[in-house]
This record gives sequence, structure tokens and C-alpha cells, in this order.
Amino acid sequence: MSDPSTPQEILRALYDETLVGNAPRVLELTRTGLDSGMTPESMLFEALIPSLEEVGARFERGDFFVPEMLIAGRAMSGALDVLRPLLADTGADSVGTFLMGTVKGDVHDIGKNLVNIMLEGAGFHVIDLGVQVAPEKFVAAIEEHRPDVVGFSAFLTTTMPMFKANINALTKAGLRDQVIVMVGGAPVTQEYADAVGADGYAADASAAVKRAKELIQRRRSAMTV
Amino acid sequence: MACGAIAGHVTGIAARNDWPVDVRALPPLLHNRPDRIAGRVEDAVTELRARYATVAVAFADCGTYGALDEVCARLRVPRLRGAHCYDVFAGASRLAELLAQEPGTYVLTDFLVRSFRRAVVTELGLDRFPQLREDYFRHYRRVVWLAQYPTGPLHTAARRAAEFLGLPLEVVTVGDQGLERELRALVTGWSADPGASARSPRPG
Repeated sequence: MSDPSTPQEILRALYDETLVGNAPRVLELTRTGLDSGMTPESMLFEALIPSLEEVGARFERGDFFVPEMLIAGRAMSGALDVLRPLLADTGADSVGTFLMGTVKGDVHDIGKNLVNIMLEGAGFHVIDLGVQVAPEKFVAAIEEHRPDVVGFSAFLTTTMPMFKANINALTKAGLRDQVIVMVGGAPVTQEYADAVGADGYAADASAAVKRAKELIQRRRSAMTV
Repeated sequence: MACGAIAGHVTGIAARNDWPVDVRALPPLLHNRPDRIAGRVEDAVTELRARYATVAVAFADCGTYGALDEVCARLRVPRLRGAHCYDVFAGASRLAELLAQEPGTYVLTDFLVRSFRRAVVTELGLDRFPQLREDYFRHYRRVVWLAQYPTGPLHTAARRAAEFLGLPLEVVTVGDQGLERELRALVTGWSADPGASARSPRPG
């Protein structure tokens, strides 16, 4: 089969190669697309993000497992490294700033990292504090970066209570009203998010992006009234 | 109805205590899709109930985050206490201590040591995508093997597993008394129920 040359062929190939996690090929296609005059936005929104969403859908159906998700995420991440500065150059407004971290006592970050990729793909500026992030570190980072949203991730039922500890720390620091709090992770539910006083919860990476956009929009609308 | 990862231990414990039970196992690799455990247990318990007067579930919560409890409550069958088999073997407080000491602790049992290549390497795709090892394990600092019966060959296998992950190995021998204690609680529940026998086919 010949190399894709038209924009439609490149988009199709980008979609297909991201789906199977062929990182070198995705990178090559991204560069080919840019060289041929395609916009970063078109490759992102018409190929990369839909492909990663399909990966998520296949995971839900049981056709894909964690390795397939991760390998696809890596492929998309490589393309984003190339596209990110170009997207910034277009002058498009950032959708918002998202500060992310896995809570203290928890080292699990696979889900968090997938959410980061989807957020970046959707135009968020993501600041990732890593794993085992203590409440005071979240507070300091919020004071420094002034994000629109802070996301707390936990994989263990034993570390989920740190959501509440983090929110208490934000309240104590006088920051609670200045930032949207989202929570997520395998054991987390909407009910738990409500119980700890979070503003938002999402069950997967795609839903997290959608929810974050909704919450930011709602807050900005409220501020302009 | 036992998780395949502990079914061998359950069978051994039942035999040494002379408990009249048959042990049926579900595939241990279900643990890599915990969202499917509750449904599979429900199907299996429903089927077994047609043939046995009493059925109990030798699963802990196992990452179902309450879904298995919902099924057990609806079917009125008991399950093992605890979040997962690490709790059952080591005791929840001891496991919590180990994780508090070092949150980056990757825990193995005899089953996981024995089946490491299949249950961990293959299931996590590390045979196909070795580059993912960093994604999965970069924040882990040690492997703790909660050993039931630490034989020489298992020691060797545990060392190899830890080497594969690039982490130091610590062996904590916990035996299977924790599981025995929890199983006894289930069996005691049965004996308090006159006429209930795990092995006797349901009358009628």
C-alpha cells in the first residue's frame, strides 16, 4: 500500500495507527501532515482524539485491555509533543488550566496519565504534580499556578479519604472557592464525590474532559452575570 | 465458589479440616477485569444453588468496589471479608502497615509468584510492549511476597519476578491461616444453619 498523501488519507492513517499504538508511525504521519500544510487542529480533532475515544469505547466493550489503552496513549502523546507548540502558536485560547495529581499514599497513575493526555488533546494546559501528592503541595501549586480545575486521583479505597483532606486543606488556605475540584479513580463514584464535596467526577478520561469543560463554562458564565 | 487464585488453598484447608465442601473455581485472571467478577459470581452461584443446599463465595471485594457485595446481599450468600486476598492472607492491618511503610509496594502471593509470567507479564502486555514496564511500575519501590508456602522453587520464581520488575524482594511469610480463619467463619455460619450442608444436593 502506498504512503498516504491526501489529507483524508493522512487523517485515516493517523486514526488507524493511533488505535494500534504505533507511536513511530503516528509521529511520522503527524510530521507528514504538517509538511503537507495540514493544521494541527485537524489532525488532533479529526484523527487523534477520535482514535483515543475509540480506544476507550473498545476498552468498555472488552475488546481492548489496559496495555492497548496505554500504548495508544503513548502514540498520541508523541504526536502531541509535536503539535503542542504549534497549537500554542495559533493563538487559540487555552480551554483552561488543569492541575492534576495522585493523592498522598497512592502511587497509581495510569488512569491519571490517560486523563492528562485527553485533557491536553482537548486544549487544556495540564500541570501534573505526579503521585503521592500531599495536601500542602496541592495548596502551594494552586497558589502558584491559579488553575481553573484541580484533579485528585486515587486508586485505592484506603487513599480515597485524601480527597476530603485535600479539600479541607484548600478551604483552610482560603482557596476552595477559587478552584473547581474534580475527583476520579477506579473506586470513586459520583456519590463519593458528592459526599466529600467535590464539584465534579468522571468515570473515564473522555468523560473527565467533557465534565471539566462544562464546569469551567458554568463558572465563567456565573462570573460574567 | 472460589477465586481461582486461592482455590487450591481453599481445597487444602477444607481437606485438613474435614469440611464437607466442594470447591468450584472461577478463572483467576478475572482479576484483571474486576468489573466482570460480580456478574460471573452471580451466574456461578445461581447455577450451583440448583445443586447445593449452601453456597459461599471465596472472593474478597477484589476490586469490584461493592458490586460483589451487592450480588452477595441479593443472593444471600456470604463472601470472604477484606478488600482482596492480600487482606485475607496477611490481615488488613498488617497489609495497611506494609503499604504505609512504603506506598510503592507491589504485592505478590504464592499464586502470583507461580503464575507471574501469565498473570502479570502477559496480561499487562509486557511481552508485546516491554516499553510499558516503566508506565506500570515506575513508582514502585519494592516487591513484597506474602508467602503461603515459600518453597525453594517459589523463592527462585519470586526472585525472578522481582528482577523482572527491577525491584528488591522482601519475603513476608504469612501462611494460609488468615484464609483458614475467614473460611472457618463461613463454615461456622453453615453449621449454625440446621440441615444446610455444602455437599448435599438440594432436596427436591
